[in-house]
Amino acid sequence: MSSLFEEIREPVAGDVPVRRVSITVNGVRRTADVEPRLLLAHLLRQGLGLTGTHTGCDTSNCGACTVLFDGKAIKSCTMLAVQADGHEVTTVEGLAGPSELHPIQEGFKDEHGLQCGFCTPGMMLAAKALLDENPNPTEDEVRWALSGNLCRCTGYQNIVKSVLWAAKKLQSQSAS
Amino acid sequence: MTQALDEIKIGGLGSSRKRVEDNRFIRGRGNYVDDIVLPGMLHMEILRSPLAHARIRSIDTSKAWEIPGVRLVLTGEMMATRNLAWMPTLSYDTQAVLATDKVRFQGQEVACVVADDPYIAKDACEAIVVDYEPLPVIVNPTQAMAEGAPLIRDDKENQHDNVVFDWQVGDKDATDRAFEQADLVSKLDLHYPRSHPSPIECCGSIADFNRATQKLTVYMTTQAPHIIRAAVALVAELPEHMIRIVSPDLGGGFGNKVPVYPGYVMSILASILTERPVKWIEDKTGNLISTGFGRDIYLHGELALRRDGKILGVRMHTTSDHGAFFSDAQPSKFKIGLMHSAFSCYDVPAAHLTARGTYTNKAPGGVAYRCSFRVTEAMFFQERMMQAAANDLGMDQAEFRRRNFVRDDDFPHRTPFGFLTDSGQYGKCLDVGLAAIGYADFLKQKEEATKHGRLLGIGISTMTEPLGAGNSREYDILGIKMFDSAELRVHMTGKAILRTGAKTQGQGHETTWAQIVAHELGIPAEDVTVEEGDTDTAPFGMGTYASRSTPVAGAAVAMVARKVRAKARKLAAHLLEVSEEDIEWELGRFYVRSSPDRGVTIQECAMAAYSNMPDGMEPGLENVAYYDPPNLTWPFGCYIATVEVDPQTGVWDVLNVVAVDDCGVRINPMIVEGQIMGGLTEAYAMASMQFITFDTQGNCIGSNYMDYLLPTAWETPGYELHEVVTPSPHHPIGAKGVGECATVGGPAAFVNAVMDAIKDTGVRNIDMPLLPDRVYEALTQRHDVSGAPPVRTDD
Repeated sequence: MSSLFEEIREPVAGDVPVRRVSITVNGVRRTADVEPRLLLAHLLRQGLGLTGTHTGCDTSNCGACTVLFDGKAIKSCTMLAVQADGHEVTTVEGLAGPSELHPIQEGFKDEHGLQCGFCTPGMMLAAKALLDENPNPTEDEVRWALSGNLCRCTGYQNIVKSVLWAAKKLQSQSAS
Repeated sequence: MTQALDEIKIGGLGSSRKRVEDNRFIRGRGNYVDDIVLPGMLHMEILRSPLAHARIRSIDTSKAWEIPGVRLVLTGEMMATRNLAWMPTLSYDTQAVLATDKVRFQGQEVACVVADDPYIAKDACEAIVVDYEPLPVIVNPTQAMAEGAPLIRDDKENQHDNVVFDWQVGDKDATDRAFEQADLVSKLDLHYPRSHPSPIECCGSIADFNRATQKLTVYMTTQAPHIIRAAVALVAELPEHMIRIVSPDLGGGFGNKVPVYPGYVMSILASILTERPVKWIEDKTGNLISTGFGRDIYLHGELALRRDGKILGVRMHTTSDHGAFFSDAQPSKFKIGLMHSAFSCYDVPAAHLTARGTYTNKAPGGVAYRCSFRVTEAMFFQERMMQAAANDLGMDQAEFRRRNFVRDDDFPHRTPFGFLTDSGQYGKCLDVGLAAIGYADFLKQKEEATKHGRLLGIGISTMTEPLGAGNSREYDILGIKMFDSAELRVHMTGKAILRTGAKTQGQGHETTWAQIVAHELGIPAEDVTVEEGDTDTAPFGMGTYASRSTPVAGAAVAMVARKVRAKARKLAAHLLEVSEEDIEWELGRFYVRSSPDRGVTIQECAMAAYSNMPDGMEPGLENVAYYDPPNLTWPFGCYIATVEVDPQTGVWDVLNVVAVDDCGVRINPMIVEGQIMGGLTEAYAMASMQFITFDTQGNCIGSNYMDYLLPTAWETPGYELHEVVTPSPHHPIGAKGVGECATVGGPAAFVNAVMDAIKDTGVRNIDMPLLPDRVYEALTQRHDVSGAPPVRTDD
């Protein structure tokens, strides 16, 4: 193996342009120097270690990377980190405190809304964006709101039930 | 008086226990390969061929090396100096790791770059200059077998054409005689298109070679870590005990994560060379255009029929497109997987199958995509042939099936191609399905609708399929017998850890295996930790695919628990001061037969195993079981769909879907139903929109999720599920495989429904997916619609 090993070059310092961004992630203001081309999903995952945001397709189709951006569901694999400068981002890690669960998380567990779990964080955040706007959605409204998020395991029926379960729980919480 | 525990309360068999693994997934705390970060880790990207068939004149990597942060650039030539340019496949073929002589499909791996971050590695890939000399391209078996076709595998000695194999099974003479006696012969030709399992998580690996310990650890997306360890030992010529394969959480698999891919091999070599951990995470296009696809197979089928509806014989000829390398994972004895499981649920006196495999300039694969080794194709062909035959006979499609079913008292039954089925209630399943869909009412509704120019259709698909390879007599991969394993260690407080040779990818093993332990030992499921996927700790197993976990590893779990219970019985006898023969077992407790109030719990036995064992007894309470099943399990599925086709556009909507599954005893009904709904959705996907095709130049159409359509929550229909329970006669807890049944049986239900709706056109077949334009073509031009590649992309 030695001959090829010698072919390996030593690191060369390069001039990489960076820009300082300041983003409020899960309620905490974070500052980083990033390459302008760095994707928001990669900043969250590699830069901040928030690996609950997954990247599945790189083309905004699968929605595994869905996060809330100023409260709206967006796909973080096709947003640059610099575009998030000055904005608020919520990831799955920010749905609830360390020892508690958000009703959406409870709903997904209770109604068996996940199997491999890879699409789940994105699904839950898309669901949160829906329920924040429409606390009492119909099944069709849930299906439409989640149609930017792909799941290969469940066939969606239980995901829809999970979201409706969460809607009910959230409503009963706000009523009490 | 019994003091047995309530099985449902302790999360035993039949409990819809909530899933253990969800606790981390819903918090975003899963641990997928891409989530793992090791100190000093480098990142690898692959340069892929833009051409489907071309000779490589030269590769210039000098510009890539100049990019700051690049640590290593590998080409086929460099791999060849280490004898790693080619690797063996799981089907006794070879596959290029990095192309040396020529590229044989679009997307083939040509070079790779290892750099400080993936962005740099991608930049460097673009800086590599490859000079290609284009060659003629083959995208289907007809082209492959044509006279003067270019030879794709000119690397292989004694390969003079593009045929991978010719294989046959069944009794040709008896089948010929059956056809001579037939009143009617029903024929059907069709193509099951290339599809891709496409788990949302792509493939990836992190290879970490430690020079000091000489140990290689590979975290990777694999459904079969022990097979990978064996393959790495053979390919990389490393000692097996110095290889540790870890399969962490997997974001779905569906068969895509069984084969050994070039990226894994390159990341391993790169780590050995750089002495740093090297991470490779495939992008979606790389996944879709280069990793194991499913299907891509053509059928010519014939049924010999008696006027009264009895099937006398079956002829099938299949031609499969394996791409440039024959890399299916399948039992060595069967060239076209278990295609010959077709017609297993029907009483057919004679059958003959011939199968030819061909090389083409497409990605290698033919993996079992959510099915047991080509069973999906077998059952789709079967059920499409059944519907065509019912129509040819002018017979009701439900009645035609019922008339040919193997009857409940005819088991064990030798299938037309030689399998032995052991149990089932096929007629009952069909009846449950017909009642649920409201068959008679729907037929009336359909007739009424026809009068108003509306096109309603109903499709039925019934099948039994072989799940749970092996037994070891007949089933092996590369000579490794297809058994599986479980290891159970009960701690002194009666809590336990269970490890198996399977590997969950969403099936919920962490939840369900513990339920089997609860059933056998009375230890509450919540007291049992389940671990899988680490070859340093898990017992040897063949992994999870082909719905084999419950039939094989699940059986091993029951058997190891029984071994542990046998020892616990000795401990109980010691504690109760009676002989073993005087002891009875009830769930969670041993008691003295003559004095049932005197008993000890399993937990008390566990404590005694560490603190109060009898003289001469080996301490501890643990064991391992390797389970070699006596037969496959034979679940049955009946899937019925109703649709309405819009005659103006060819668009079809699903009205209702009913699934009746008999998968024997259900460990966790909630999880079983979840798998059935997932399977139905992949069936609907294949019937309606999901396929990968190619143009004349071998360009892959379907290389990303904008072209490769997966159904969303919006398109996906709702499902109504029913069950019939016929326990497996040989499985320790009576369970059968189920994960794939709906994917296997489902597509024909949707296609048959659409074909039923347009029956009056006389069209016999539209190839999947039944895109609106294909249905419209059939409706307006009244001819069969082929979906075989190449497709025109110039208009």
